[in-house]
Amino acid sequence: MSAANKQIATLKIRRGAAGEGACFESFEVPFESGQSVLDGLRWLRATKDPTLAIRFSCINANACKECMIQLDGETVYACTARLEPREMTLTPLPNKKLIRDLVTEIAPPSERFR
Amino acid sequence: MTIDIDVLVIGSGAAGMYAAIEAARRGASVLLADRSLIGRGGATVMAQMTVAVALGEETPDDPQHHFDDTIAAGRGLCDEALAQLVCEDAPDCIRELDRWGVGWARKDGHITATQAPGHDRPRCVYVDFINTGPAVSKTLRAEMARHHKSIRKAGDLAVVDLIVGDGAACGAVAWHLSSGAPVIVAAKSTVLATGGLTRLFARNSASANMGGDGYALALRAGVPLIDMEFVQFFPIGHLAPRLIGMDPIMWDPFRYKLGGRLLNGRMEEFTSAYGSSEDGKYVLTRDLATYAIFKEVEAGRGSPHGGAWLSFEHCSAQALRAAFGPVIDRLAANAIDLTRMPVEVAPIAHYHMGGVAADVRMATALPGLLVAGEVVGGANGSNRLSGNAITEALVFGRRAGASAAAHAASATASRPRAQAVREALDLIGANGSARPATNTAAMIARLQAVMTADVGPFRTGARLQRALGEIAALEHELGAAPPASGSGEAGAPFDLQRLEWFDLRNMLLVARSVVESALNRSESRGAHQREDFSTMRPEWQLHQAARWRDGRLQISGAPPAAAVS
Repeated sequence: MSAANKQIATLKIRRGAAGEGACFESFEVPFESGQSVLDGLRWLRATKDPTLAIRFSCINANACKECMIQLDGETVYACTARLEPREMTLTPLPNKKLIRDLVTEIAPPSERFR
Repeated sequence: MTIDIDVLVIGSGAAGMYAAIEAARRGASVLLADRSLIGRGGATVMAQMTVAVALGEETPDDPQHHFDDTIAAGRGLCDEALAQLVCEDAPDCIRELDRWGVGWARKDGHITATQAPGHDRPRCVYVDFINTGPAVSKTLRAEMARHHKSIRKAGDLAVVDLIVGDGAACGAVAWHLSSGAPVIVAAKSTVLATGGLTRLFARNSASANMGGDGYALALRAGVPLIDMEFVQFFPIGHLAPRLIGMDPIMWDPFRYKLGGRLLNGRMEEFTSAYGSSEDGKYVLTRDLATYAIFKEVEAGRGSPHGGAWLSFEHCSAQALRAAFGPVIDRLAANAIDLTRMPVEVAPIAHYHMGGVAADVRMATALPGLLVAGEVVGGANGSNRLSGNAITEALVFGRRAGASAAAHAASATASRPRAQAVREALDLIGANGSARPATNTAAMIARLQAVMTADVGPFRTGARLQRALGEIAALEHELGAAPPASGSGEAGAPFDLQRLEWFDLRNMLLVARSVVESALNRSESRGAHQREDFSTMRPEWQLHQAARWRDGRLQISGAPPAAAVS
């Protein structure tokens, strides 16, 4: 694909920690077929904004189940949701306590530091 | 905040969870800490393959045969006492997991075993379908929840340094990632179960949190590491087409069950040219397969993305479905139909043979510090036999838990002295100068790129020197304290940039220990292949040690007459 018609995925991400005023921030990510949403988020952190918070461990295998977020209002794993060349709205899980950006408290209570 | 506990276990893969269970059932109070969620990160959940154990349920077997294969794979460098412990204790651990409901695959009522490369008979048990690691992890988590509620668990707890006082380990200083708060854990025994270092490489088969934390913690506590030059590359990691939701090492179980054909870019079988004919069976050991694929690529006979083709086109759709069930549907979702197309595979960083030196009690040179799992050095010599990683996680974990409980019972409670925790607490609280140009995620990617390019399975003195130069540049960029980040100050919740600063502090030290050890070893052996010293040399049948002394890394143990690269 030539640079002229390079496709873009726009990630509209809800930012902010618990207790802060949340806001949306949009980032453009070069789209390549076959990528996951997590690929896009990792690319953003390494090239644009390392302060973006997302929880993940296994990156690609869908084994750790840590990267649960909402995509356009539906709960997904960021590692298996496909990146698409359009605006995609990413928000933290609404039914879990917010920690920062896309990170929520998803551990069972008995496995949390307390 | 300070927590007083008998046993602190750092890392909650199979080794850490088994250590926690064993210490708890021997009466110790236990804190199981992990930098991610409990039982989710690390290598165990990613281990989709098999577990080597001489059960002999289907084919007669004995731990001695398992030991012989382990020693042969290690190319003269296995710590025989540790290898023996792995092989002898394995049946007991595997049966205990069976009683806890892990669900080992069975045929005719017996736990069934497959034959993996390097084994003289079928010896590798598994959980269908490619679910071994997740099942092991889930079983240990469930066992803790059912019978060991007293084990205190702490996810999102990132350890910065071990605490050493009066010549013994007495806990660790950590920070809680979700809140940013510092935490002191005063422990009579500490178990490192932090796994390996595969995150140092761009293409790897473990989790993003396997950056060698335990090696760095041990080094800075004055504990020696051995064999740090031996990184195992798994030969047939998935390369292309892009495949999401699957572990990159997923092809190995397919090969155990169905063979499969490894082909070069001309669609020719090639492994026989490197001394091992496959003949439709899967017998090629990891170091030889990695070598064969690299050499084909180097000769211009690689697959389009720089690897080899793996083909199951000779298998029927029914045979594939019978062997892999729902995995076939997950492949279809990625537009892969194995009956019609080969996939591309290439070597991928998979496991670390080196690590913290320990005896058969899993005790290290520092009293009160135990180790378990991949962080332990020596059991696998210069090349690990397939299937032994989960085995050693279970065996070493259980043994380390027992030793930690015994040590805690005999030790007097010691409150770490203020001076012993001051440096780590200062680092956690530090708010260095703002360095807007510093992108920690990008620095990690740079380290991974140089390790992949220059410290892969095929090394030369010149490339290793180049890697050292880049590591030094990254060390300089990292500085002495974490920078103030855009997301706020020390103590901000889930500050990933801050976590990555601490990660780099560990990763750069560990990378340096790998590169300097590899530079010294002027021979080729197992997973360490030097293009400028291409033969295995008898005078190098020894372990090098890495130590942190006076703010410098020291590598010792090279033979007196070793050629200088």
